[in-house]
Amino acid sequence: MPILAATVPLVLGRRVDGIGWTVATVVGIAHLGLAGTLAWGVLDGGPVVHELGGFPAPIGIVLVADELACLLALLVSAVATGVLAYTRRGGPRGWSFYSVYLLLLAGLSGMTLTGDLFNLFVFLEITGIATYALIAARPAPSAALAALKYLVVGTVGATFYLIGVGLLFAATGTLNMADVAASLAGGGSAGLGVLYGEPLVVAGFGFVVAGLGTKIALFPLHTWQPDAYAEAPDGVSTLVAALVGTTAAYALLRVVVDVFTVDFFAAVPAARWALIAIGSVSVVAGSALAAIQRRPKRLLAYSSVSHFGLVVAAVGVAVGPGGGYYALLGAIVHLFGHAVMKGGLFAGVGVLATAADARHLEAYAELGRRHPVPAAAVSVLGLGLVGVPPSVGFVGKWFIAVGALEAGVPVVAGLVVLMTLLTLAYVARVIERLYVVPRPAIAGTLASDGGRPTSRGMVAVVVAAAVVTVGLGLLGGALEAALAPYLEGVVAG
Amino acid sequence: MIEALEARFAFLVVTVLLGVGLYMAVASPSLVKKLIGVNLFQTAVFLFFIALAYVDGGSAPILTNPAPHASPLPQVIVLTAIVVGVAVTALGLALIIRIYHQYGSLRTDTVEEVRLRE
Repeated sequence: MPILAATVPLVLGRRVDGIGWTVATVVGIAHLGLAGTLAWGVLDGGPVVHELGGFPAPIGIVLVADELACLLALLVSAVATGVLAYTRRGGPRGWSFYSVYLLLLAGLSGMTLTGDLFNLFVFLEITGIATYALIAARPAPSAALAALKYLVVGTVGATFYLIGVGLLFAATGTLNMADVAASLAGGGSAGLGVLYGEPLVVAGFGFVVAGLGTKIALFPLHTWQPDAYAEAPDGVSTLVAALVGTTAAYALLRVVVDVFTVDFFAAVPAARWALIAIGSVSVVAGSALAAIQRRPKRLLAYSSVSHFGLVVAAVGVAVGPGGGYYALLGAIVHLFGHAVMKGGLFAGVGVLATAADARHLEAYAELGRRHPVPAAAVSVLGLGLVGVPPSVGFVGKWFIAVGALEAGVPVVAGLVVLMTLLTLAYVARVIERLYVVPRPAIAGTLASDGGRPTSRGMVAVVVAAAVVTVGLGLLGGALEAALAPYLEGVVAG
Repeated sequence: MIEALEARFAFLVVTVLLGVGLYMAVASPSLVKKLIGVNLFQTAVFLFFIALAYVDGGSAPILTNPAPHASPLPQVIVLTAIVVGVAVTALGLALIIRIYHQYGSLRTDTVEEVRLRE
């Protein structure tokens, strides 16, 4: 309890303007330390609940830290602190950037820890506003345009989520996640009997999924995402690609699994198939669009669409009647792995772009020889994205495939294989450029003048991400052990 | 049918506002009007929450008022959501000012033309 109480003023106190990198680093490391202590406490002694302002649960707002939430908080603070090592030389500078950065960190931490549906909306919007501002940090005019596009689409998405929350509130009369779940099941503070089949509840589910799906950038709602990722400064796209989509997907997972629960999907099986269908379409469309991109940042952005699609499809599998232990574990592991790998890849692409002025795949020729360390790290991360065994990408996909077979949805297992092949198709293009394709004679003059110096910190971030990718892959069993109490609680069936 | 509409006219208004706002945000070629559309869309949701809170014959939720009170929780929510909406609008307008300075236009089609020419 005191640990969490200490997190709260820190999270709220972040709105104060900093004096740049130093403050951000101190706060980042302090935040990481707190998240670590919190994780240690939760993994040791079970979930912690903190009531904000001392109001008891159904009335006041609570922060809930269970195994999943604190692992995600750990991921958020670790990645955010790592990004600081990159932005010191490479990213946007100045106190305004760092104060928005801290605001983003506050929003993300809030999203991971909140136990209240409306509070989630508020943190979603804090995250959103900070992200729009960060994307516009690049002085190019197209960055402002991309940020505005994201702002319009993202706000409409968040408002859709709010409509869903309103419908759920109309049905149950409460906003606390645990209480809504209990009320839907017939108990809780509503006590209106089982509400699963009610049109209000089903419509609420639809609005919530549509709203969060926009924030995650699932296929038909993804149009803002490639522009936003590609136009943002390199340091920002690292941060945004690694964390913003991930926490939105985590919020969806939390609402689907913890608020609607497995019983809702037993009563309304169409809702489950809708999740699986949206996810699957996202996987195929995202991969196909990624394979035809010529600029590495857009390629990675479309690849995110497909990977989040897989996570959502796996969540859909997990809430089915056939027992979803492994599918949910796979979804969570893949969420983590994807965050680390995609963050590392965006940082790596940023390093290559800075060092060799290479913003197109054509300019990547022979970079493997001239910048061996970042190129090797990018290759390792790319292979991790494909799912080559010792990496975390493999562990996540393996669990999802096993879970899909176990739950009797072999389509999703097939999807995993298809996705692996498509991912290989676009990752192989990058690696081929880096190592095999010789530099064309004409382009040589164009790119050889290239580049500003990169700092050790920038390269170190990319290498660290590659090491973590492989390390987490080897530690897959430990992750499962940490998450087991949470998983058994929600998908016992 | 008409009675049902009379009893639920608030929700009818909300639905119409939602549609108008969303259509404006999607279809209007002017960036400022897009943002106004988003605002309209948000306002519709605020009204939806307020309509939810209403209790037949209820008074404003102040302790000294007579007994049936309107539910205070949605009103608190709307207050928070309005603040969020204002922040989003301010940021959006700031971005629009920057776009106007750099492209010299507020229309999406003109901006697109300028981009292609560059």
